Amino acid sequence: MAEQAQATDTGPRPIVPWLKLEPKPHLEAIKCACGAIYLDPKRVACSKCGEADKFTALSLSDKGKVYVFSVVHQSYPGIKTPYVTAIVDLPEGISVRANLTDVDPEQAQKEPNKIFNLPVELVTGVTAKDREGHDVIAFSYRPSKN
Amino acid sequence: MRNVYVLGTGMIKFGRYPDKTVPQLGGQAAILALKDAGIAIKDVEMFACGNLMQSNAMIGQRILQQIGQTGIPVINVANACATGSTAFREAYMSVAAGMYDIAMAVGVEQMGKAGLLGGAGGGDPAYLTEGKLGSGTMPAVFGQAGIEHMRKYGTTREHFAKISVKSHKHATKNPFSQYRNEVSLEDVMNARMVAFPNTLYMCCPTGDGAAAAILVSEDKLKQLAGGRKRAKVAASVLTSDPWTDRDLTLPDVSTLTRRASKQAYEKAGIGPKDIALTELHDCFATAELVHYENLGLCGDGEAGKFIDSGGGVHPGLGGHDPVNVSGGLLSKGHPLGATGVANICEVVWHLTQDDRAKERQVPNAKAGQAHVIGLGSACTIHILTV
Repeated sequence: MAEQAQATDTGPRPIVPWLKLEPKPHLEAIKCACGAIYLDPKRVACSKCGEADKFTALSLSDKGKVYVFSVVHQSYPGIKTPYVTAIVDLPEGISVRANLTDVDPEQAQKEPNKIFNLPVELVTGVTAKDREGHDVIAFSYRPSKN
Repeated sequence: MRNVYVLGTGMIKFGRYPDKTVPQLGGQAAILALKDAGIAIKDVEMFACGNLMQSNAMIGQRILQQIGQTGIPVINVANACATGSTAFREAYMSVAAGMYDIAMAVGVEQMGKAGLLGGAGGGDPAYLTEGKLGSGTMPAVFGQAGIEHMRKYGTTREHFAKISVKSHKHATKNPFSQYRNEVSLEDVMNARMVAFPNTLYMCCPTGDGAAAAILVSEDKLKQLAGGRKRAKVAASVLTSDPWTDRDLTLPDVSTLTRRASKQAYEKAGIGPKDIALTELHDCFATAELVHYENLGLCGDGEAGKFIDSGGGVHPGLGGHDPVNVSGGLLSKGHPLGATGVANICEVVWHLTQDDRAKERQVPNAKAGQAHVIGLGSACTIHILTV
């Protein structure tokens, strides 16, 4: 029965396992007892301290600050350019790579200092439909509205 | 460990060779190195071959199938952009350890026009993250390494652009270079942006190439060198990326280079002031700038000042602490597996006053270093001395 239910499920799916859609979209990490935080929940052990079984789940804040960025002008076929790629530092002590939206790429190049430390918030949206018909949800960051 | 010397070197001009195979390109470089060494393939006891994009295709053995199947041990090495230099190190170690007296290293690559690298993947394309969760392409990753320096120290776009101007100028004196055209600061600044702040001329080209080296023990050197000046491998260091805060999100190309640099200077018993020339991994202009500091050519935060004072420029052009007098990856080219061996060839040629570096000879060169970063990450540094 469970398999049948799965086969007929056409609900949205996250683009990566660490994006959780419920109860509201957020990133979920694992934290080692040594303090290191990782996005991939399937990792074998902690690459900072080597311990394998000291992980606990950690929900990440939906707000952070931009550390650095680049503006991508040349990419693979089908990827729209230019767009801003950014490394976002979250208050828990982990950095996340994502697109930075609602920022003018040309302006970011002119005044990079205005992007450093920019407060941003997580947003999600449908980016594609997979082969089984599921909407695929990705996340990005935009300048915080509050 | 025993002393190891570079008895011979060979390199083909970097460029595009669509009508040749990878084993043919590698074989050509190997024959040039054997000839330079004054030995034959039958004298070689061990062979380490570096090739990245066909690393499952037994390129080393197929090179011997082109130039001499002597039945010697062959290992095929892949280590991202540090592939060639890692192959060189394998050959070095086999001689240093006393296992063999004559070893050969070849680095070879045929890239065609594959260039952005990184960010690709298999499976259902709906789950590909490139362009949706930021970018893992090399221009973006290394762009951010430069942006980080801007953020920390106020480095400007002009600083990065000046590096490209310098490398292109150097390349005009190198017949082995893929590109030999000069570019002005305006040309570089106004060129098409690839990934901010790197414009087209601040990104290394794609291409094909091969380079080779013959490494020997001190005893063999005495037998075979015939009074010719030959360089000693004073340090051969390989590091991988240690755990740092953001390394898994934004590859940290600095920490492993700093570690390698410290080890290399200690091993060679010299410091940055003793280095007459540096060939470093300028896959992008932004990378070169951060490595000035990583290799101790200037202090932390001083790379901009270093550039403004003529740092990195050939002394013949009024500069000091020359970097990438070959033209670097930016102009000479970066056929991935070939790069690490080619950089060592360049340093060796200056130390031994080889005709192949005649037009760009760095004066009084007694020590030089070759640095390579393979993203993922691997770092090699070789210090050579005479």
